[in-house]
Amino acid sequence: MATVTRTPGATAARTLSKDEIQRYSRHLIMPEVGMEGQLKLAQAKVLMIGAGGLGAPLGLYLAAAGVGRLGIVDFDVVDVTNLQRQVTFSTSDVGRPKLDAARDRLAGLNPKIQIDTYTTRLTSENALDLFKDYDIIVDGTDNFPTRFLVNDACVLLGKPNVYGSIFRFEGQATVFNYPGGPCYRCLYPEPPPPGLVPSCAEGGVLGVLPGIIGSIQAMETIKLIIGKGEPLAGRLLLFDALAMHFRELRLRKNPNCAVCGPNPTITKLIDYEEFCGIRGEETPVNTNGIPEMTPTELKARLDRGDDLFILDVREPHEYQICHLNGHLIPLGELTRRVNELDSSREIVAYCRSGKRSADAVQFLKQAGFRKIWNLKGGILAWSDEVDPSVPKY
Amino acid sequence: MPIKLEIPTALRPFAGKQASVEFNASTVGEALRNLTTTYADLRKHLYTEDGRIRSFVNIYVNDEDIRYLEKENTPIKDGDTISIVPSIAGGHDVL
Repeated sequence: MATVTRTPGATAARTLSKDEIQRYSRHLIMPEVGMEGQLKLAQAKVLMIGAGGLGAPLGLYLAAAGVGRLGIVDFDVVDVTNLQRQVTFSTSDVGRPKLDAARDRLAGLNPKIQIDTYTTRLTSENALDLFKDYDIIVDGTDNFPTRFLVNDACVLLGKPNVYGSIFRFEGQATVFNYPGGPCYRCLYPEPPPPGLVPSCAEGGVLGVLPGIIGSIQAMETIKLIIGKGEPLAGRLLLFDALAMHFRELRLRKNPNCAVCGPNPTITKLIDYEEFCGIRGEETPVNTNGIPEMTPTELKARLDRGDDLFILDVREPHEYQICHLNGHLIPLGELTRRVNELDSSREIVAYCRSGKRSADAVQFLKQAGFRKIWNLKGGILAWSDEVDPSVPKY
Repeated sequence: MPIKLEIPTALRPFAGKQASVEFNASTVGEALRNLTTTYADLRKHLYTEDGRIRSFVNIYVNDEDIRYLEKENTPIKDGDTISIVPSIAGGHDVL
């Protein structure tokens, strides 16, 4: 099921070749690294989960540093929207599996290391097997179920988990499961339920932000390998890129942690999608009981002259990209501005892809609105089904 | 000096787009109640229906998690900073 390819590279070497000494000279002349540290790097085995925004600088810097065996897990294909931040890839890679492109780039940078690629989704069935041969796991993933899976597998196997995460212009980084230190569940015992995930309100990311956080993850990984400096274990580094402000919060080991505590209730990997309330390939909208209208149906009714009130629950900057002439009330303001809506009228709510507007419809139904519809698939589906001149973003 | 309450990016749309707000309060619980009274949209993101702080949201006073202090009864004094730190995963399209 998992496609594994290996580049020929250095096997666990006890000495550095003349070429390697030249390549790593800037490491070797530092007392903090030296031959001893570089040999530790050459013998280290690091597994990266994710070859995206965080994985890009991470892979590049770990390869450059001479990590002897670098494994990467990713099942995705390079998309043009990745190129805003996933700097391992080129425009010519669009459409290729990310790991093919990443392997080419990283092996080109450093042909002396072994690169193992695993083109597969990380699951409870394969995680323990994948992780067991590596010393350090670096979490560069983009969803909650995988975060919990990576954490639990690391705790069960006793491996440190170099964690980084980002949202718009904010990032977090730490080292979980360092000996004696907290794990991810010590900080977050449970995931946010879908539909209430804070990131539902606005998405996007400043492209360079994962570049910074991923580089911090690479730095922490290298420090763990060479055993120098203070790792971020027990500290949550918070970064605000707009304020250019770093802060630290103290992370403590939770004495009642379900997975790393003295009385663990989790002793094997579970169904993480179920744990996070998600089933299937992507986070679906809970459409139970939410009345929906397709873009085609909406167009037909508008053409017929039906009196429909179009409610746009996106953000003002999205409205500037494209809109359906709706009345704009961002979802986050809906509670306060609900009096702008006339419940006697038939209302169709939309957003970019139909998820936020489903939340809006649910809220309005609970508030007593009876004639309310969610535009299925949002303005993206409108562009696909009705009017291709509407840009997709 | 009142206390400062830092709003994480993910919740700023529900808090009038502010990055931080100031309140006078003597406990964390009081500060959060002030916050969710002023910004009602925030309430469901911070609290469950039975009034407990959601477990994917961590509250810090200065750099210490309130779970290891006195939880919502943690006293606060002028000049303290309360931080709300939700779990973020980034990336995956949830819009």
